[in-house]
Amino acid sequence: MPPRRRSHAPVARDVLPVVPTSDRPPPFQTFLDEHRGAVLAFLRAAVGPHDADDCFQETFIAALRAYPRLRGADNLRGWVLRIAQRKAIDRHRQLARQPRPTAEVPEDVAVEGPDGVPEIWRAVRALPPKQRTAVAHRFVCDLPYREIGALIGCSEAAARQNVRAGLDNMREELDR
Amino acid sequence: MTDDNGRLLRSAALAEGEGEAEASDAATRLLARASAEGLLDVAYAGVDSPFGRLLVAATPRGLVRIDYLLDGSETEALERLAARISPRLLEAPGEVDHVRRELDEYFAGQRRDFDLALDWRLTAGFSRRVLRATARVGYGHTSTYAELARRAGSSRAHRAAGNALHHNPLPIVVPCHRVLRTGGGLGGYAGGLSVKERLLRLEGAL
Repeated sequence: MPPRRRSHAPVARDVLPVVPTSDRPPPFQTFLDEHRGAVLAFLRAAVGPHDADDCFQETFIAALRAYPRLRGADNLRGWVLRIAQRKAIDRHRQLARQPRPTAEVPEDVAVEGPDGVPEIWRAVRALPPKQRTAVAHRFVCDLPYREIGALIGCSEAAARQNVRAGLDNMREELDR
Repeated sequence: MTDDNGRLLRSAALAEGEGEAEASDAATRLLARASAEGLLDVAYAGVDSPFGRLLVAATPRGLVRIDYLLDGSETEALERLAARISPRLLEAPGEVDHVRRELDEYFAGQRRDFDLALDWRLTAGFSRRVLRATARVGYGHTSTYAELARRAGSSRAHRAAGNALHHNPLPIVVPCHRVLRTGGGLGGYAGGLSVKERLLRLEGAL
């Protein structure tokens, strides 16, 4: 009698097909833990402490929406900072369209501080968007000029020029 | 010195040492919003148990994974979940708090059945049938690989049944520890044989 064939027995298939992990982003929590500090600091610099949290939420919600489709992202920091700078620019446009009533934010009180720190927010807010973004990337996130250029869409030399001009304008604003 | 303003901006933006706490608060608010907007595909939390640390994960459908973190490899466990379900995976203890509570009660001997919605998506086909049959083996009772293979529709497939149980994504809640070898041998257990033995003792089945 020939041996019984066993090939009809079902095989346990617990593991569903898995797409190769090499070009997939890490779990969102890992990504968030790694970049949340830099994003919040960038946004504090770019839109001020008052609006930074809102922009932070907008940034990471947008990142979360796009995340499952993200492939081959070898520069997640650059990716999320690009979203953050877009949100910061949106926020400035919003503020320009509808300035806050002076009663709500007493400007004179808000900008005066014992160590001069709040003054800095006023100086940054007064910058043109590209300079503001470049200065924040440079001093808050320590990005090299090449990367800043890639983020704001200009050359390395132009990024350096934007930072320098931004600092000059801030000094002028603060010396006034 | 213009760079002084850059440094001043830096220290103001980094919130002078409170930046990490603020970023942590902001991340907590993000979690609430992600959940409200349906962007949280997998919520997870680490849960301490008498059998070591467990990783518990849930989708909007229900509990999807309980992982014995035997070598403490939470990172790998999370990466597996991200690859198999979705990378939109966030630590959200509040979303799995009811699971932790029921597990605590079970470990304390105060709960015999789990009242949890289950998401079976990490199993398919024959494996899923075996595990669904396993879910019906009651507290304090035992069954065998051969019996479960039969109930899953293929009495000769006790080896495949054993394999399905070994890869049970929902141990404890889908009680694969109640399944023994024909003849009474303990068989195997993904959480370690000593854990299987202790679970059976807890239930008074040994």
